[in-house]
Amino acid sequence: MSILTYRQALNRTLGQELARDEQVVLMGEEIGLFQGSYRITEGLLDQFGPRRVVDTPIAEEGFVGVAIGAAMLGMRPVVEIMTINFMLVAIDQVVNHASKIHYMFGGQARVPMVIRTPSGGTGQLAATHSQSFENWFAYCPGLKVVAPANPYDARGLLRAAIRDDDPVIFIESLALYDTKGEVPDDDYVIPIGKAEVKRHGRDVTVISYSRMTAVALQVAQQLDAEGISVEVVDLRSLRPLDRPTIIESVKRTNHAVVIAEDWYSYGVTAEIAATIQEEAFDYLDAPVKRVAGLEVPLPYAKDLSAAAKPSAHSLVHAIRSILK
Amino acid sequence: MRTTVNKPRSHMISLEHEAPSDLRHYYAQMLLLRRFEERTSEMYVKAKIGGYCHLNLGEEATIVGLNAALTPDDYVFTNYREHGYILARGADPKRVMAELFGKETGVSGGRGGSMHLFDAERHFMGGYAIVGGQVPLAVGAAYALKYQGRPGVVIAQMGDATTNIGAFYESLNLAKLWQLPVIFFIVNNGYGMGTAVERGSSEPNLAKKGASFRIHGERVDGTDVIAVRDAVRRLRQKAEQDHEPAILDVVSFRFRGHSVIDADRYRDAGAVRRGREKFDPITSFATRLLDQQIADQAFLDTTAQQIDAEVQAAIDFATTSPDPQAADLYTFMYATPVANTPAADDALRAVRINRGEE
Ligand SMILES: Cc1ncc(C[n+]2csc(CCOP(=O)(O)OP(=O)(O)O)c2C)c(N)n1
Ligand SMILES: [Mg+2]
Repeated sequence: MSILTYRQALNRTLGQELARDEQVVLMGEEIGLFQGSYRITEGLLDQFGPRRVVDTPIAEEGFVGVAIGAAMLGMRPVVEIMTINFMLVAIDQVVNHASKIHYMFGGQARVPMVIRTPSGGTGQLAATHSQSFENWFAYCPGLKVVAPANPYDARGLLRAAIRDDDPVIFIESLALYDTKGEVPDDDYVIPIGKAEVKRHGRDVTVISYSRMTAVALQVAQQLDAEGISVEVVDLRSLRPLDRPTIIESVKRTNHAVVIAEDWYSYGVTAEIAATIQEEAFDYLDAPVKRVAGLEVPLPYAKDLSAAAKPSAHSLVHAIRSILK
Repeated sequence: MRTTVNKPRSHMISLEHEAPSDLRHYYAQMLLLRRFEERTSEMYVKAKIGGYCHLNLGEEATIVGLNAALTPDDYVFTNYREHGYILARGADPKRVMAELFGKETGVSGGRGGSMHLFDAERHFMGGYAIVGGQVPLAVGAAYALKYQGRPGVVIAQMGDATTNIGAFYESLNLAKLWQLPVIFFIVNNGYGMGTAVERGSSEPNLAKKGASFRIHGERVDGTDVIAVRDAVRRLRQKAEQDHEPAILDVVSFRFRGHSVIDADRYRDAGAVRRGREKFDPITSFATRLLDQQIADQAFLDTTAQQIDAEVQAAIDFATTSPDPQAADLYTFMYATPVANTPAADDALRAVRINRGEE
């Protein structure tokens, strides 16, 4: 067991997977010589050389397509997209190609690739650099989308993603990169498609993923002192979505709050709320409450920017409002 | 009418150094493509085939010439106008027609249709229907060949109008930057839907479009099967041995509208009629074979009969083949099964409701 940051967990796992399987290569902008925009690939070029750690030009559509084509011939590319905002430039390759190839060609070709990318906003990155688009990809059958909330999950889900024969979108978070946690040294894998109850509680279920799970756990601890017992369901995977785990929890607590960083309308929280409404309506003692991003191009100004994002405060507010 | 095609010159070239059996084979393959497409059009009108359906009529020499230069190691990625490519590659016409009919026995299990044919065994890596989408994929396959140290090259087939989309340029840059064994094979049939080359491309000489990427480009008469084969052979060798990508601008004449349902009103009907005669790769090749005594009329006649029978057999096979079953709706969803994905009984239940059976 080691204490690692989320960044270290990713970095070491990438190194181990490169060492384990020669068909694994890393591709992306500034991942080699520059050591990674967020230093996730630090040291890997030195260790594995330019054949395995490939610096690409700024051509997201091009090199994501290259990774898909290479995967069709048996390679296992792990692509880094600097931030999810730039995924939009590559979205044709992901949505119209990677997600369709196995199904549309009657199972004759596989696309074992991973796209890693941080989503969400921190540090006044403003409108174009702070968005959450994981729902765009989770919407698309044929993709798998995972979003680890801590270093342990980051390692286990990254291994699963790299070893999976389908295209996996691996959602990271700038705000989580420096968070620490216990990480076993053995070769564990976390199954894609399963949620985890990260904290057990009696009064209300909070459903979240990635950074918002960290917020939810903090809130749960805070409210515990007030005698409110919060259960936290961490989705881990957005597609496939583990509906049974969500529903089972809500049936016990009879209250649900869904929190995510993306915009309120048409976002992840809407999907989860709809699921609960469909499958646990009779168990609810209050309407499902959603906490999500306010619907603006995120402003730059420090206070206003922070105020447009869901927070521990808004989660506490939501929980109190439905337990009244 | 096209003015850019410098026609009959290459047709004067003697065939004396060619193996007669090869030439007769090219003829038979071209005729198979022609008859397959003509019957496909007929089946479309009879509503046996749905969706969009794009034919290779007029492009037979382009396709057969390309295929003649390839080895089984090579990979081919194409656009949606690809019936001929998969046939030339050796796929069973029965299974190709069955795919157009949407049957379980089709080359893509009835899940793809006319625009999404695939044959893994023959390295036919798919028809793709988003303009330009196949180009980065082909470059990726070339990347894998080089990485894995395998022989062969990759053909990135596309239409003339596809040279106007961004994915093409990113692909050119990556292919040259990384020195990959890929040939950008541009089927220049003069039009992207209703837009003539000159109306869509600021540089109408498509072979030049790799210039700023330092990619060599050539133009070839796409209605001359031998010229196409020889051009691909040369570029293929450089691609395989020196990892030198290239552009080949292969010029032909589109016989009909963009797709089966396009009435082709934007082209002058008389010019189209004349173009079909002037640029018919099959009749011109037949004339050469007869003139140079490589084949006689009896060969042409028997070949036509055999091919008509083969295409009829394909239609019969497609007609009697089973549809894909509701229980298999999700069968090809994921290559690696994971929890919380729908299964056969979910499919059956939902499909019954959608069909009004419950
Ligand atoms: C990205 C995209 N835009 C538009 C279309 C619609 N479309 C289909 S084929 C086509 C013309 C392509 O022409 P060309 O590349 O010359 O190929 P051809 O059909 O002549 O073989 C268009 C505009 C599409 N499928 N994809
Ligand atoms: Mg065209």
